[in-house]
Amino acid sequence: MATIKELAHLVRELEDQLVVCMRCGMCQAVCPLYGQTGREADVARGKLALLEGLSKEMFRDPSGVSERLNRCLLCGSCAANCPSGVKVLDIFVKARAILAGYQGLSPIKKAVLRGMLGNPQIFDRVTAWGARFQKLLTRPVNETLGTSCARLGASLLGNRHIKPLAPKPFHAQLPSLDEAPGASGLKAAFFVGCLIDKIFPSVARASLKVLRHHGVGVYLPDNQACCGIPAASSGDLETFKKLVRHNLERFPADRFDVLLTSCATCTSTIKKIWPVLFQDDDPDVLERVRTLSDKVMDIHAFLVHRLGVAPDPALPRDDALPVTYHDPCHLKKSLGVFAEPRRLLRASPSVRLVEMAEPDWCCGLGGSFSLEHYDLSSGIGRRKRDQVAATGCRVVTTGCPACMIQLHDQLSQAGDAVQVRHAIEIYAENLDS
Amino acid sequence: MISKALVKEFQEVVGADGVFVDEADRAVYSYDAAVLEPVVPALVVRPTTAEALARVVRLCNENRLPLTVRGAGTNLSGGTIPNPHGVVVLTNGLNRILEINTEDLYAVVEPGVVTAKFAAAVEGQGLFYPPDPGSQAVSTLGGNVAENAGGLRGLKYGVTRDYVMGLEFFDANGDLVKTGARTVKCVTGYNLAALLVGSEGTLGVIHKIILKLIPAPQHRKSMMAVFDRVSGASETVAAVIAGRIVPATLEFLDNFTIRAVESYSQAGLPVDAAALLLIEVDGHPAQVEEEAAKVEAICREKGASSIRVAQTDQERNKVWEARRAALSALAKLKPTVVLEDATVPRSRIPDMVAAVEEIARKYQLTIGTFGHAGDGNLHPTILTDRRDQEEWHRVEQAIDEIFDRALAMGGTLSGEHGIGIAKTSFMERETSRATLDYARRIKRALDPHNILNPGKIIGDA
Repeated sequence: MATIKELAHLVRELEDQLVVCMRCGMCQAVCPLYGQTGREADVARGKLALLEGLSKEMFRDPSGVSERLNRCLLCGSCAANCPSGVKVLDIFVKARAILAGYQGLSPIKKAVLRGMLGNPQIFDRVTAWGARFQKLLTRPVNETLGTSCARLGASLLGNRHIKPLAPKPFHAQLPSLDEAPGASGLKAAFFVGCLIDKIFPSVARASLKVLRHHGVGVYLPDNQACCGIPAASSGDLETFKKLVRHNLERFPADRFDVLLTSCATCTSTIKKIWPVLFQDDDPDVLERVRTLSDKVMDIHAFLVHRLGVAPDPALPRDDALPVTYHDPCHLKKSLGVFAEPRRLLRASPSVRLVEMAEPDWCCGLGGSFSLEHYDLSSGIGRRKRDQVAATGCRVVTTGCPACMIQLHDQLSQAGDAVQVRHAIEIYAENLDS
Repeated sequence: MISKALVKEFQEVVGADGVFVDEADRAVYSYDAAVLEPVVPALVVRPTTAEALARVVRLCNENRLPLTVRGAGTNLSGGTIPNPHGVVVLTNGLNRILEINTEDLYAVVEPGVVTAKFAAAVEGQGLFYPPDPGSQAVSTLGGNVAENAGGLRGLKYGVTRDYVMGLEFFDANGDLVKTGARTVKCVTGYNLAALLVGSEGTLGVIHKIILKLIPAPQHRKSMMAVFDRVSGASETVAAVIAGRIVPATLEFLDNFTIRAVESYSQAGLPVDAAALLLIEVDGHPAQVEEEAAKVEAICREKGASSIRVAQTDQERNKVWEARRAALSALAKLKPTVVLEDATVPRSRIPDMVAAVEEIARKYQLTIGTFGHAGDGNLHPTILTDRRDQEEWHRVEQAIDEIFDRALAMGGTLSGEHGIGIAKTSFMERETSRATLDYARRIKRALDPHNILNPGKIIGDA
């Protein structure tokens, strides 16, 4: 194991980025976690100060810093609101990697990340078994939402209301495609993402339907891996890089014009995290990572900017169904995509968009954050649920399957009869009429 | 070190959740927004009731523990940097708006209420709470009172001081002191609220604030005037005031700041302009239109090369975007930002702007200046890198000289950022030895064990 001095030395590599923080504290206004706890260690300014302390050998034991650094949704609200432009997420993922390298991963994380996630085929097999047996362990709780909870007392699920694994994951429904560019002259690779593949395959089907409608040829390779975010946020660089390299092989950049995902988190990870964590890698690999990362696009943004989908001025119709929209952090704060999903909804005759208060307030899921800090995550989620409920809409849309999971849980816990849909599903449905 | 038994006592008062003992939890209360060395406190506590707050103060006093109250920790003078043996007391667990009275035009709040949230709640009732410090999105009202925070509307609407009708606070013993009232008039006893406002936590621990509210102005109009000479801008300021017009805001940006904002936000600002004035008048619609026309005429008369009057809310936003972006735009240029706030009588603004430019040249520093031209409160903003020791030394000399020049013009060390620990050593230069002794005698009488934020404002008591 490295010494604390060596650790400090590694953290000092972040110094040029750390000094940019002027401690103004404006991140307090937007941090969903700080909004829950009021604790400075939970907000970006506090965490940046802790990292600076670590680089100055202020702490004898780094585990306190590491623990607090991991209490973060990585939603990027702070970075989007930072007056001095601190690259908070870059710093946090790099720091998590440094600290995990120093302390080692917990046995559970090691088993899950390296044993399962890192091996796409094993991951697929495990979840297939899960899909088969989940009914024995859970029971349905909310018909509208299609959620379930644990059958008996405490279990791995705790009090969660989960959206069960789909009976047939998307990759089993449609393993691969390699079409010629369609009428649009464009060919798009489609990166499915774990949550859409295993829990919301209908989102992938809707996405492909939309692409077909607009004459976009699809490149869908089989054996896709996870985008790597669970590994990156746990500081497990080894698994992260393994997954990225696997995906580089599956997605040869010369085979398509653009790489699309319908998952805000996957898009943002490929666009922002991939290049950051490959910075010091082999220049050839870095070049390939950058090429793919330059090509990745959120599907809503693609439809609006590349295919010119625009709101229909004749809409909304009087009989249209009111729906609201939740901004995924990884779309709005990370990629600046917030007008585009709304434009698709405004181009969909069946619905009328009703804005909720603070549509860009984080839903609180934060991936593994929710596994480790369910109480905090739910606290943040309840605020989102209240905002959805206040609109009176019977449907809430969003652009990220991770947010969809949290919305399902929170709405179901509150006993709401509100459906959770991906914006692309709404748009796709309207193409029939 | 604070003994385990004592930690337990604090835990009994505020609950185990409300006491932060771990090194990492304490380390994040070692700083505020001032560019100063951090100091890690021995303990941090977060009371959520007035009773608990009182008992925390009493415990500190009985155990002679220095106590630093902290709201959002956004002050720019080190006022919330604690003592290494001391306790940081957080107020953000005391964050209720207790009352907004639309008949008698006042509100009662706890100290941890966030300024902008309060202002929005008041606005929701058709009323107006004008003080708007730059950190209002996160700053707390308790902190605003303790620092006597200002903002952009000082010229017409005054500062926090002008809205404090009454306070309830705990003295060093943890006993409750009440001052002021919910009435416009109140001469019951010493005006202790006035003593507490701006005392930076050195004289008492505030737990309840009665704030004055006013009717919201019905109408407002904003404009941006561009000047080729700084003197044109400052003559305009003087002429507007001489014309018996009191704008709600009258903000100044120098050429360096204009260029920084433009390269940051591409707002279409004239990068070769020497200065910009951003002006807003508010009030009754007829009066606003008349005053706006007069201000526009004065700007032209004083040589404004162009004037943009906002016709819609969107255009109004556009005008203020430039001002709101000023600090961000400057902050992005260098790692360390030293935001000064030496203030001069408004008629001396041209001299002060010239002095700052001269100081920047003399010490070879990058300084952008913007601020509240209407009330003489400029913010010379020094851009540097605190890791560069040689340059940092020049920064310190420059700050020293900025103070000297402001004082020579009849100005003051700080318009709104406070003295904290950053400016204690300059206090005597502006006031006198006797003034400091007088203040220290007050402090010693009210806080015999010197536990209330010791070292701030007056140095060693």
